Amino acid sequence: MAELVAVIASTHHPFYYRASTSTGEDRPPFADEWVRKVEAFRQTLTRARPDVLVMVGSDHFHQLWLDNMPQFLVGKAPFYDANFYNEEREFGLPRMVLKGQEDLSAYILREGLDAGFDLAFSNELRIDHSITCPIITLRPEADLPIVPVYTNIFAPPLPRPQRFVQLGRTIRQLVESWPADRRVAVIGTGHLSLELGGPRQFGPHGPDPEFDRKAVEWISTGDIEGCLSEVTLDSLHLPGNATHGFMDFMLMMGVAGEGRKADYVDTYDLFHTMEAYFTWYPSGGSS
Amino acid sequence: MSKYVLNKFLFTVDRDPELVERYREEPRATVEWWESEQANRILGCHTGESSTWLRLDDDEREALAAHDYPKLFELGAHPFLTLTLFIAMFERDHPPLGFQTEYARRLAAFRLPYPDIAT
Repeated sequence: MAELVAVIASTHHPFYYRASTSTGEDRPPFADEWVRKVEAFRQTLTRARPDVLVMVGSDHFHQLWLDNMPQFLVGKAPFYDANFYNEEREFGLPRMVLKGQEDLSAYILREGLDAGFDLAFSNELRIDHSITCPIITLRPEADLPIVPVYTNIFAPPLPRPQRFVQLGRTIRQLVESWPADRRVAVIGTGHLSLELGGPRQFGPHGPDPEFDRKAVEWISTGDIEGCLSEVTLDSLHLPGNATHGFMDFMLMMGVAGEGRKADYVDTYDLFHTMEAYFTWYPSGGSS
Repeated sequence: MSKYVLNKFLFTVDRDPELVERYREEPRATVEWWESEQANRILGCHTGESSTWLRLDDDEREALAAHDYPKLFELGAHPFLTLTLFIAMFERDHPPLGFQTEYARRLAAFRLPYPDIAT
C-alpha cells in the first residue's frame, strides 16, 4: 500500500514568483522575508521524500468554464502543461510541464465514484497557478508526478463546506489504500480572507484579520467541527468575496484528520492577503 | 439578466491578447462585434453548432462598451473575470498597484451583501 507521508496546506499567492526572482529596485521590501519563510516551508516537504504529489487546487476560469463546470475534477493525463497566457501576463509565471501519475488518477476516479463523489475527469488538463504556485514554492524542481484535483470555489452553486471536508477524508482513504509502493504527499492550496474585484481588495492586510486569526487556529489545531460550526457558504462572503477558496483549506483539514494538530505552522501578513503554511506528518514525521 | 453572456464576454476577451488590445482601444465596436459574431459560439464545440439565443441586456452592453467596471460589479459580473481583464487593459497606465487600489475606491459605495454573481 502507498504511504501518506505529508499533508500540506498553503495559500497560493501568484506574486511570489515575481517577488522572489526580482532584483534591485524591482525587489519589494517584503521579498527576502517571504523567501525565507517559503524555503523553510519547502523543507517540510523535502524531508518527507515523496514520490508522488496529489495536488488540490481551483481553476480560475482558465480551462474550466461555465458551459460545463465540474464541482470536483481529477486530472488523468500523462503530462500537464501549466500556466496560462493571462498568468504570464499578470504574474510573470513561467510555462511548465509536469508529469502525471495516471494509475493513481485512475484509482482515485474509480474508488472516488464508488465512495459517493461524482468526480469529473480530464485527459487533457492544463493546470493553473493554484497548483503551479505550490510547485514553485515547495518543489521547484518540478520533478515529481502529480494527480491534480480541481474544486469549484468560484462559480455558484458551490458545494458546501462539509462536502469539501468529506472529499478530503475520502482522498486520504484512497491514497492510503492505493496498492502501490509509493510515498504520497497531498498538497492543497486555498485562501484565508480575500477580496478580488471588490471594494475591499488590495488593502494593507487581508480584508478580515479576525477571520484569518480564527482560520489559522482552526487549521493548525485540526478543529474541523469548530470550523464547520461557523463557516457556511453564506458566511464566507463576509471576510471577502473570494474567501470561498478557504474551503480548499477545509478539504485539507479533512485529509489531515479531525483534531490533528499541524506539525508546522507559519504565516506572513502581506498586503492584500495573509499567507499561511501548514504541514502534517501522518506518521509523526519519521522518514 | 444574462450574466452568463456578460461573463462569457469577459472570459473570451481576457484569454486573447489581440482582443484585449482591441477592447481597450475600441470598446463599443468590440462589444458590438463580439455580440453579433461570438456570443453564440459554444466554446470547445464543433464549428457550426452554435447557440442561437445568447445576447446581452442593454445595461450589460452599455457597461461593457463604457468600460464601466463598477456597473459590471453591480450587474453581478464575476468580479475575478472583470478584475483580471481590466488589469490587463489599464494597469499599464498606473504606478504599481495603483489601478487595483483605484478600482477598490471606485467600488467603495458597495456594501454587503454584494450583487449576486450566480449565473
